[in-house]
Amino acid sequence: MRPAFSVLLLTTLVGCAQGLAVAVALPALWGVADPASWLTLWRISLWAILGMGVIGLGASFAHLGRPERAWRAAAMWRTSWLSREVIALPAFLGVAVLSLLALQQLGHWPALLAALLMACALALWVCTAMIYAGIRFLREWATPLTVVNFVLMGLASGGVLAASLAQWALASAAAPYGDAAAVLLALALFGRLAALLRLRHVSPAGSMQTAIGVASPIIRQTSKGFTARAFNTHEFFHGRSAAWVTGVRLSVLLLGFVLPMLLVLGTPQGLQDVTWPLALASNLAGIFAERWDFFAQVRHPQNRYYQAAL
Amino acid sequence: MTQLALVIDLNVCVGCHACVTSCKQWNTSGSAGHLSDLQPYGENPLGVFFNRVQTYEVGQFPHTQTVHFPKSCLHCEEPPCVPVCPTGASYKRKVDGIVLVDSDKCIGCKYCSWACPYGAREYDEDRGLMTKCTLCVDRIYDETIPQAQRRPACVNACPTNARLFGDVHDPESEVSRAIRERGGYALMPELGTRPANHYLPRRLPQGSAPADARAQTAQQPPPQAAPARHAAMETLRAPQAEAVEMESRSLFARLFGAVFDTRRPAPAGGE
Repeated sequence: MRPAFSVLLLTTLVGCAQGLAVAVALPALWGVADPASWLTLWRISLWAILGMGVIGLGASFAHLGRPERAWRAAAMWRTSWLSREVIALPAFLGVAVLSLLALQQLGHWPALLAALLMACALALWVCTAMIYAGIRFLREWATPLTVVNFVLMGLASGGVLAASLAQWALASAAAPYGDAAAVLLALALFGRLAALLRLRHVSPAGSMQTAIGVASPIIRQTSKGFTARAFNTHEFFHGRSAAWVTGVRLSVLLLGFVLPMLLVLGTPQGLQDVTWPLALASNLAGIFAERWDFFAQVRHPQNRYYQAAL
Repeated sequence: MTQLALVIDLNVCVGCHACVTSCKQWNTSGSAGHLSDLQPYGENPLGVFFNRVQTYEVGQFPHTQTVHFPKSCLHCEEPPCVPVCPTGASYKRKVDGIVLVDSDKCIGCKYCSWACPYGAREYDEDRGLMTKCTLCVDRIYDETIPQAQRRPACVNACPTNARLFGDVHDPESEVSRAIRERGGYALMPELGTRPANHYLPRRLPQGSAPADARAQTAQQPPPQAAPARHAAMETLRAPQAEAVEMESRSLFARLFGAVFDTRRPAPAGGE
């Protein structure tokens, strides 16, 4: 399938925001944090969450043919995971705004709001991932690993961001956040590798024979019925070479997980001011590439009807 | 419950694309808005069509069949495109089972097109909307049109009557009888979408046997007594010679008609 740029941007940025929300809300929830010293970190984290959320939301509007009707997308929450995501994303950002107001007014982060923010982040991950995992005959997506990986990659990105912010706002929390981020990066790497291993045994749903209802093992399309472009030849083919896809997949593993892990764990304390933000940039670039590959890996069953050049 | 659908006879479809153009003509003039064509006279035009005819070659040369395969929305009884729609723009009518897009509600997110395994939906970039076959819902109930013409435009246009239209839930309808008596099948039934549209399978012309018989003799293994190298040469050479002969005959037949082999019937499916 052709990766949709706005969806790549949305899921990369909002995934990181969700991870950051979980990372900074946990200490508030457990009550281990001393509110006075954590106030700055919480505040800039919530602003970062809102910033990334708003950019992501803007990107999601850019994906629509009729953005002015986007409000309608909340209607079918009973059946559509996309509709549920459309509700969960503003809810997540809304709770972030409430938390920011509470910090302003009360000087601490009420455990209830922190718990609610984490719950919204988790719900949003499930909704976003199920948009893809819920299409049962797109077998590359239809696996619990899709949900697990969205959560793990978001947590890893958010962990690196939390560590980078803590460097600046709460030095005592930086080291634990760094360690947690490295562990999460490793888990996310394993998750993605597991999905790639699974991919080797996945074939598109249906078959050429049942697609047109002919029993012969040899079926060759000689004409797709038109010589020009069509939605179906654009939307469901990424148009890149196998070498390009392999390159992207390698860069996902290196930029998204391995390099950030090395930068977070392997740099001396004096350099961490520079290397941890670098790790974040590398991770976000890698996750963006991962989302590209996540789309490109799908061989849509409809492609059987569009094999011929003419 | 009524389930309107098309039944397409692959025996008589000649791949003329009359259904494609008549569909475009009717639906681009409809109340739901035009079906846009971007750069229609440019180098690389992009058009929206509800119905397309594709061509497949089935089998190994020289034993091939050309199958012209028209495909539009199959109006599934379990449409995977409907529950995924976030706005409810995509829906299946209870009254006649037609799957439609409400163009006033569609936000153009394209999620339904990802969910359709048949690639039946086409996004209209110009209008920012998802579009699809409506079974000419604005025509089949229009009482200003003569009764006999109240059928989808593609059905009216088909010169070989390859397209039948009717209620597949009524066991006595023309379409139900055709499905029952002629082995009508649905596309990718293993996906559980239960398409309402059906296809009537190709029947191989009985007289195509001579070509088959010739090829089978050529592919028979050489006698066991022959030296191994010689045998290998024979198996390699024989089918090649046969192929060249078949090709020249086919070319001759195309240019001058099948004058040699009168037992061979006219090719079905119009190549």
